[in-house]
Amino acid sequence: MSPTIYLLLSALLFAIGAVGVLVRRNAIVVFMCIELMLNAVNLTLVTFSRINGSLGGQIMAFFVMVVAAAEVVVGLSIIMAIFRTRRTTSVDDANLLKY
Amino acid sequence: MTGQAFPSVDYGALAPVLIVLGGACVSVLLEALLPLRVRGRTQLGLTLTVVAAALVAVIVRATSGAAPVSTLAGALAVDGPALFLWGTLLALAVPSVLLLADRSVEPGGAFLADPVALGEAEAAEQRVAVGARAGGSSSARSSGGGGRTGRSARGQTPVESQSEIYALVLFALGGMLVFCASDDLLTMFVALEVLSLPLYLLCGLARRRRLMSQESAVKYFLLGAFSSAFFLYGLALLYGYADSVKLSDISLAAAGSLRPDSLLFAGLALLVVGLLFKASVGPFHTWTPDVYQGAPTSVTAFMAACTKVAAFGAILRVFTVAFGSTVWEWRGVLWVVAIASMVIGAVLGLTQTDVKRMIAYSSVAHAGFLLLGAMAITPQGLSATLFYLLAYGFTTVALFGLVSLVRGPDGEATHLSAWAGLGKRAPVVAAAVTFLMLALAGIPLTSGFTAKFAVFAAALADGMAPLVIVALVVSAVAAFFYLRLIVLMYFSEPAADGPTVSVPGPFTTVAITLGVVVTLLLGVVPTAVLGWADGLSFLG
Repeated sequence: MSPTIYLLLSALLFAIGAVGVLVRRNAIVVFMCIELMLNAVNLTLVTFSRINGSLGGQIMAFFVMVVAAAEVVVGLSIIMAIFRTRRTTSVDDANLLKY
Repeated sequence: MTGQAFPSVDYGALAPVLIVLGGACVSVLLEALLPLRVRGRTQLGLTLTVVAAALVAVIVRATSGAAPVSTLAGALAVDGPALFLWGTLLALAVPSVLLLADRSVEPGGAFLADPVALGEAEAAEQRVAVGARAGGSSSARSSGGGGRTGRSARGQTPVESQSEIYALVLFALGGMLVFCASDDLLTMFVALEVLSLPLYLLCGLARRRRLMSQESAVKYFLLGAFSSAFFLYGLALLYGYADSVKLSDISLAAAGSLRPDSLLFAGLALLVVGLLFKASVGPFHTWTPDVYQGAPTSVTAFMAACTKVAAFGAILRVFTVAFGSTVWEWRGVLWVVAIASMVIGAVLGLTQTDVKRMIAYSSVAHAGFLLLGAMAITPQGLSATLFYLLAYGFTTVALFGLVSLVRGPDGEATHLSAWAGLGKRAPVVAAAVTFLMLALAGIPLTSGFTAKFAVFAAALADGMAPLVIVALVVSAVAAFFYLRLIVLMYFSEPAADGPTVSVPGPFTTVAITLGVVVTLLLGVVPTAVLGWADGLSFLG
């Protein structure tokens, strides 16, 4: 099977993630959609690594995973902090700052 | 895996980065080991020492005439522009850290108090006055939006802010240094996250107006993570195109690769979206006003000045080194982005009623001007953009320092109506604000004029006359809202219950004075800095 199909799959996953960020209201779900986008990138990197016949892409996937883990730590702590004060994680309710 | 030699490391060239990141690690250690009482002062001393040492290292490197090197297996390029940007970032970090450390305007500091210290203070208070405590602390809690406000120890010295902010600032600064010197996209991505994650946290740490501060942190975080996912997908596509993420390899591949060009341009587009977001350019600016308004003002000052420098440093490097050979293919799109950025910034800036939001929209317009210089892939454009970044950074830091001085009963009074008649109440502050506003508008004898002139001249020389005309018109429109604030300060009567203007402590005074003096000097005698910026070129 041609590896190109994985590129299509990863583009699809990335698009699903991007649409999810735009339409979902819960900050946690939005954040999960961003993680989906990052993992779609990982799939792209590994596929290109296979197509190009070089290992660089696979190494980069590890970097992305580590960075994503660091992002989870910071992101969840920020969402936790706002949940404690507001009792909600809906991004529509955070509307003090606008225009 | 045979024949893999360990990459050579040029410690001399990397010294500034190593000092800052090493200092950040030491700062985290001290945070864990030092007793609460001495922690704040020690951390401040450490931070200033580290920044000064790194600045000295940059100056030594720049004056030694050492050849530009690409070190760590091509991960970092320490060349002329990188050293200039490092110098700018570290020089801007000094007033920013001083603003962060200020205790005179907001007793105890502008940041959340340490829970342990709060506990001690509350216990002490409990011993002193048992009866009045319940009502007092519940009102403090509700006015602070449910957070601990650090004001529970009434009548005593206010509880100190958390000193983690210094470690966070140092990590962010280290990330910025790496970001604008990184020679491959993976390093650039990691640096992007290293600089962003501490900033997300800093935004949410305000002591007053907890809800707005936290909201700005959430917005900045979600949008920032979203944009870095785009950056990353661009990186992946470029890796597929060039089989490497080194900027020079991408440039080589663009000259003659068998793969479809759609990969290259899709990758470039996604990558640039991520970069433009960080620089708060044009249609990718939506986070800017909210975050500038919600974050503690000292953090806004740091973010507005240093993030812009780092992001435009990276944009310049990516455009010049990786995509310089395909400039005619993609520049048309950026014309639209630059025009959108300038127009959005100027027009929406007109409608603002909050000083911090107004400066935020002004920064969007300035990002458009900067993009003009960055798009001209010429030595002249490079030196003009570098100069603009330095000039704009100092003006912004000083301006936010002044914003933090105008205070009402409930923290900073940033609504425009509160600034009416400030010229009568506080002539010195009003004069300084006036001067900086004129600099932002680009009036001669300020750094803003020199910077704009240099950027427009470079854009004109590179055949972007229509863009320069748009930029001039936008400058005129933007001047209106800068001047409106000046008119408001001098020609309207102060309100009876208007805000008070705090007398700044030594830290804030030094920071503001530094910003104002640099703004003046770069306007009157710009040749020294322009001479340094001239003739710099990227490696690769």
